[in-house]
Amino acid sequence: MIEFRAVHKRFANGTTAVHDLTLSMPAGGITVLVGSSGCGKTTTLRMINRMVEPTSGTIHVDGRDICSQDAALLRRSIGYVIQQSGLFPHRTVLDNIATVPLLLGWGRRKARTRAAELLETVGLAHDAGKRYPHQLSGGQQQRVGVARALAADPPVLLMDEPFGAVDPVVRTQLQDELLRLQKELDKTIVFVTHDIAEAIRLGDRIAVFRTGGRLVQCATPAELLARPADPFVADFLGAERGLMLLSLIPLGDLPRRPVPEGGRWELVLGPGRRPKGWRDRSAGDGDGALLPVRPLRDGDSLLSALNESVGSPCGLVVRVDTEGALTGVTSREEVHDRAGTAHASAARAASAPPEPAPRAGDHPPVADPAPASAPGTTGGAP
Amino acid sequence: MTVEWDWIADHTGELTALSVSHLQAALTAVLLGLLISLPLAVLAHRVRQLRGPLLGIANVLFTIPSIAIFVLLLPVSGLTRTTTVTGLTVYTLVVLLRNTVDGLDAVPAKAREAAKAMGARPLRTLLTVELPLALPVIMAGVRIATVMSISLVSVATYIGDGGLGQLFTDGFQRNFPTPVLAGVVLTLLLALVADALLVAVEYVLTPWNRKGRRA
Ligand SMILES: Nc1ncnc2c1ncn2[C@@H]1O[C@H](COP(=O)(O)OP(=O)(O)OP(=O)(O)O)[C@@H](O)[C@H]1O
Ligand SMILES: [Mg+2]
Repeated sequence: MIEFRAVHKRFANGTTAVHDLTLSMPAGGITVLVGSSGCGKTTTLRMINRMVEPTSGTIHVDGRDICSQDAALLRRSIGYVIQQSGLFPHRTVLDNIATVPLLLGWGRRKARTRAAELLETVGLAHDAGKRYPHQLSGGQQQRVGVARALAADPPVLLMDEPFGAVDPVVRTQLQDELLRLQKELDKTIVFVTHDIAEAIRLGDRIAVFRTGGRLVQCATPAELLARPADPFVADFLGAERGLMLLSLIPLGDLPRRPVPEGGRWELVLGPGRRPKGWRDRSAGDGDGALLPVRPLRDGDSLLSALNESVGSPCGLVVRVDTEGALTGVTSREEVHDRAGTAHASAARAASAPPEPAPRAGDHPPVADPAPASAPGTTGGAP
Repeated sequence: MTVEWDWIADHTGELTALSVSHLQAALTAVLLGLLISLPLAVLAHRVRQLRGPLLGIANVLFTIPSIAIFVLLLPVSGLTRTTTVTGLTVYTLVVLLRNTVDGLDAVPAKAREAAKAMGARPLRTLLTVELPLALPVIMAGVRIATVMSISLVSVATYIGDGGLGQLFTDGFQRNFPTPVLAGVVLTLLLALVADALLVAVEYVLTPWNRKGRRA
């Protein structure tokens, strides 16, 4: 657990980078700091490992005041992924990763063995270890940065826009791997980004900053999206805020119906009852090309269901089990309706935390598309 | 002007000895210069206010004519090797100090930051991050200082040392060009070989600079 208490940072030139920050970042969770450029995210992060000393206020990591510890020793106990990798250009990838273990006096052999292990953890080939940073792609360098931060197995990890310099595909891949790693390693992670989608994807809690280093809101992603504290946050979250909220809600037990018999569209199944595509019966000979289908599992989000329902020729979302075998279909109307109620109840839950979270069963599906089901228009409390 | 090869053949032993003594004086001076300028450069790099004065002093020393330096040193160390080496060392300082400071300045701030953020203390950062990254610029200074020292050793002939320089006085006094030519050629050879060796040393010490872009 990392606790900021009334922390203030004013630089010598008079810039206030962080203003009266009181914030706790739970152990074993990912806290994301977001906000536009220059709002004090990096400064906040760097106060945790004393790369920046607060002007006033205190910071505790796991109950200990960081200022009571030797700065160098503190830093060795906190993993830090520096904005745009910050690797040592004169050291091989392996030696870059081994930096902190060497500082901790593990000895060269043990440090190298550990570094080689981490290459694998972050998905790099073994022979990448002998290369120098400039011989790697941006994405590979970022992975090395993460590996270096993890090397001494620190309980706390600070990550400053670690996936900033890579294309969206690699970025998504790195995000997935971070989530997978986090499941295994259970670190307390502070993650800086200015990409709100990344924040929603990774964060257990999201802290939104505004210029002048003021914390505006700190909440879970669902809470933030459903009930932004003020117009600034709403604006920052953007016009697709409603859709982003849907991306957090699983399809779950939204009712499945049998595939309708007859009608224009026929769902063609392959071996193992795996859906292959829609065939247009009205095309006659039955030889017509299949329209593609992307079947959804229960863990998929309402947003992907909404997307499927829009793309499906007959408005039906195809559902499968974990093996990929057909379990039924759900109509566009049911998806829309659930999206609407989920949205409203997320907002309600956010405004009154004690109220139990909505369950899928509480809201029997209604076949008729209510006006309130249009996503993206809701968001405030009813 | 003809070269009397017989003279050269008769004096190989002497020529070798003079070359060795010449090189010894020059290299000792560069080594001492490095030992003095490294800490001074680190100081000048870290403490902004000291940079101007330190570089200024090195510059002023450099403008003293070389003969004058040896003469000035005579009362202190007399007609000895020490005088030669001390004089030469003074001259190496200006280029070694400036290049080392420049080299330290050129270390990417990101790398220095990273070392601190990983928990390295200043001395360790200096030894394992800053000096290695400054090495190419420092080595450029060492190469200039070495070549310069090798050419300057001859001046110390006036105080009875001077390595290969003794061949020049010998030749002039006897109006006999062969030793002069041999001295010039050998001095050039020494400079070339020393420079080539330093290039090799740099190549070995900076493996990160020689591996091409992405394999
Ligand atoms: N060492 C410093 N001295 C003076 N001002 C600074 C210093 N470091 C940061 N600042 C200022 O403090 C403010 C916050 O900077 P910070 O780097 O924390 O922003 P950020 O949120 O990380 O921005 P970005 O998204 O661009 O990385 C900025 O106005 C910046 O100019
Ligand atoms: Mg930043």
